[in-house]
Amino acid sequence: MSAATKGSGTTWVGRAIRRLEDPALVTGRGRFTADLPAAHWVRFVRSPVAAGTIKKIKPPDGAFVVTAAELAGVKPIKPMLYKFNYRPIGQPILADGVVRFTGECIAAAIAASEEEAEDIADAVEVEIDETAPLIDARDAASSAALHPEAPDNVIVNAQVKTPEFDTAWRNAHRIVRLEARSRRQNATPMEPRAAHAAYDPATGRITLTCTTQMPHLTRTAIADLLDMPESDLRVIAPDVGGGFGQKMSLPPEYVLIAWLAREHRSSFAWTEDRRENLIASYHSRDQYIALDGAFDADGKLIALSADVLANIGAYSCFPTTCGVEPLMAMAEIPGPYDVRHYACTARGVATNTCPMAPYRGVSRPVITFALERLMDKAAVELGINPIDIRRRNLIDQFPYTSAMGLVFDEATYKETLELAVKHVDVPAFRARQQALRKQGRYLGLGFCTFSERTGYGSPAFAARGMAITPGWEMVELTMDPSGFVELRIGTSPHGQGLRTTLAQIVADQLGIEPQRIKVIHGDTDRSPYGWGTFASRSLVISGGATLIAAQKLRAKIIKLATHMLEAAPEDIVLGDSAATVAGTDRSIAIAALARDAYHQTHRFKGEIEPGMTEAGHYDPPGTFSNACHVAMVEVDIETGQVKVEKFIAAEDCGRIINPMIADGQVHGGIAQGIGNAILEEILYDENGTILSSTLADFLPPTAHEIPPIELHHLETHTTATNLQAKGLGEGGAIGSPAAVMNAINDALSPFGVAIDEMPATPQRIRAALRARQQTETAA
Amino acid sequence: MKPAPFVRHTPRTLDEALAILAEVAPQDGRVLAGGQSLVPIMAFRMARPAHLVDINEVAGLDKLIVENGMLIVGARVRHGAFHKPVEPGPLGALLASVVHNIAHYPIRMRGTMCGSLAHADPSSEWCLTAATLDAELVARRKGGERIIPARDFFEGLMSTALKEDELLAEARYMLLPAGTKFGFNEFSRRAGDFAMSAALATYRIVDGRIADARVGVGGAEASPRRIPEAEAALNGQMPGDAAFRAAAEAASAAIDPLEDIQTTGEYRRDLVRAVVRRALEASVK
Repeated sequence: MSAATKGSGTTWVGRAIRRLEDPALVTGRGRFTADLPAAHWVRFVRSPVAAGTIKKIKPPDGAFVVTAAELAGVKPIKPMLYKFNYRPIGQPILADGVVRFTGECIAAAIAASEEEAEDIADAVEVEIDETAPLIDARDAASSAALHPEAPDNVIVNAQVKTPEFDTAWRNAHRIVRLEARSRRQNATPMEPRAAHAAYDPATGRITLTCTTQMPHLTRTAIADLLDMPESDLRVIAPDVGGGFGQKMSLPPEYVLIAWLAREHRSSFAWTEDRRENLIASYHSRDQYIALDGAFDADGKLIALSADVLANIGAYSCFPTTCGVEPLMAMAEIPGPYDVRHYACTARGVATNTCPMAPYRGVSRPVITFALERLMDKAAVELGINPIDIRRRNLIDQFPYTSAMGLVFDEATYKETLELAVKHVDVPAFRARQQALRKQGRYLGLGFCTFSERTGYGSPAFAARGMAITPGWEMVELTMDPSGFVELRIGTSPHGQGLRTTLAQIVADQLGIEPQRIKVIHGDTDRSPYGWGTFASRSLVISGGATLIAAQKLRAKIIKLATHMLEAAPEDIVLGDSAATVAGTDRSIAIAALARDAYHQTHRFKGEIEPGMTEAGHYDPPGTFSNACHVAMVEVDIETGQVKVEKFIAAEDCGRIINPMIADGQVHGGIAQGIGNAILEEILYDENGTILSSTLADFLPPTAHEIPPIELHHLETHTTATNLQAKGLGEGGAIGSPAAVMNAINDALSPFGVAIDEMPATPQRIRAALRARQQTETAA
Repeated sequence: MKPAPFVRHTPRTLDEALAILAEVAPQDGRVLAGGQSLVPIMAFRMARPAHLVDINEVAGLDKLIVENGMLIVGARVRHGAFHKPVEPGPLGALLASVVHNIAHYPIRMRGTMCGSLAHADPSSEWCLTAATLDAELVARRKGGERIIPARDFFEGLMSTALKEDELLAEARYMLLPAGTKFGFNEFSRRAGDFAMSAALATYRIVDGRIADARVGVGGAEASPRRIPEAEAALNGQMPGDAAFRAAAEAASAAIDPLEDIQTTGEYRRDLVRAVVRRALEASVK
């Protein structure tokens, strides 16, 4: 791509330019959903109990309150999966006689202000006949059914076993078992959910402004549920204050806001508060994973057996369905290791808890934690060091087809491991670790090697059997008569810096500065249909489509220049906002060519179409980026507190478009992963009451808890994508929990205790140490 | 997360404030100072005072002086006032070392010491300080005043001896004798979080041995208090690891620990053992 600006001396791709979206955001001029005025504000009355039958809903006299009774014509949210014994279950927009989790919407109270709406909601009398709730996924079979469609509460149930598995298993030198438990989390975006819908009396259209990662699919889904033409609904995602997956599922609240605007021909708004977000926005990662690894005497993993039990909450999220966690776990548990024989059972069970949805990395932070703990445990049992066992098992021949049939493109699993090892200085760490143990201080070192499947298109999604199969992205690129450029994209960035990185890609193709390129997204009236930002896909797929469109527009600019400069196309060079005949001073401003393309088309004698708009679409097979994460921790043995002292990540995401943005993605992911490993936990009591409903109880890490992070990049340009880039949006969050957990276990190794439950809270660490001490005392 | 409706009163004098409080107290009237505890629980509608008597403009309540050997802290004095020592002796240094553990900077610039004392969160650093140093708490009501010793002031979780029409107008601390050693330590999940256990210790050295030991523990029981068993383990001993460990062990055994779904009594005792020893170690650093 550097050829694109030959002659200008400048390429934009690869440079850490400042983010074009930031000036507005950091000066308080961002535009968020909650900034919009509305005639009516909505407050939801939410179920105070986890399970029961609604006996009475009595609003205060004269109040504007909506219940399920008014929503007869609105369909429930019912995503579909055609594989893996999936049982379709529906989620009503407002609870229809039955409540299935604490925080479920029962009614909507409406008033002229948020304060008054909350007063009304407070005064709505609700009577519920409580029934015994099902909270823990392990109790699914012995509990009453949440949904008649699934008497055993199993909503998805998948099995796989490779043909020679049993033989390989019998020949194993040693079987190592690891039982991992990941507690429930909330993605906790800075901006909670919010929606605003307005009715336009002139056109009869509804404009729904909402904080979402997928505006187009939101439009499709709501139009389907409300039985209206999509063209009558415009969905806008303005500035979105973080999503992390929590905003890629369709919330029933948004459906209701759109319905209210349509039904009452006015404007309605709802802004979720933090408590609602913690109890009733989507949760994730509530899983049990048991792994049995069959190793040979050299520490080579020859067969792997997995049992995945995912708590999917009360309903199935749209569009991915609740299969997203268990099925991703099944597909990707073997990770970056060469293991030929694999068996897995993956179940997703419904419980009386908040529904599960994707959260950065989806299942991979959990499966990577389980697998990487297994590798460390096997290393100890086989007397190998944790680095060597990874060296012996990481794949190094490409393309590599996994036991599950996934094709791994070329990556640098071993190279990133060695790069990280080099920067850790393991012998020095071990010496310090030994010395400090004598002072009662316990340091730990933890490694994690992993792959991150990114940028996968529709064929990869099709393997899941979803009724809705995402994958491709489309863009439209227009240079206007002033020579400025508008790029309209179907995907929907919300913090990833795509307005900057896509502009860098276009700038190199067209020979203009990125500041002349505006990226338009998040408005179904203004951008082509697209899937949105999730699954580490937008830069690769939307960026790939952008490259294609930009190459077409570049060709057109060159064609215009050949006419105006009377030169051969191969002699035209674009750069510094001009088209120049190579080796001469004959040159024309690109802006002048743009004006000609609109206003002087007669000159081109019909050989060049008017206007300067090109489209691009891209649907790649997918590519795996990879990294090695290393955590150094100190465990306070007396209190159980873990302090992460330092974090090193060596990663390879192919070509890096903007190094500052890439580093920011990795830093943020690692911070979330540290929270995952030691702090964050959504906790229910046995009655289904949620005990972590404020940020005093659910504990995301703060700057104090995040150590210095040292990043190293191997920038191996891939042939798997047209940008030679791979995604990296989730990797930080995928690898860091495992690295921290391995480091904690390394620190605790003198005590002979293991912590295989996340988060590794101080209470859990002390409990394990105390149990061990009591065992020793008894012995 | 919007509070239930309430009426806010903004008196300018203490008499006016006490008169309003007397009038609205029966209708769940509450005093508003920095609002760092009260306002969040109102936002959750866990507290629904019909009236707030906002004392932020009441003249004279910003008193922060030493008088007759006592430090007097008025009801409007913010935590941040203690960032630097408020008096040159050990008490000023002690308060400055404790204050940095209270939440985060913006909260310290709004919240008040007397507000924390009246709120009586068991994990409050100031409640622990008042209990350990036997502070005197001055309660004013319309036409009356009484002085409540700290040991009688804290009555349980978020519960004090203050009557509903009383305003905690001042906290008073005896200055500490020159040479008083002190140490503070607390444990929380994250920096700035509520302490899951905290300890404050003071003592003097007389003839090379510990005298007048005070060991207070907060966050571990319903209210912070001095732990006589730990103090007994220190008095007359040489300061050092053996005495500190003995005191920590005694405190750990003496408490009646708060428990919740995550935190067992055993774990709370672990924390008390750790924070008491670390507070004592800090006293000799």
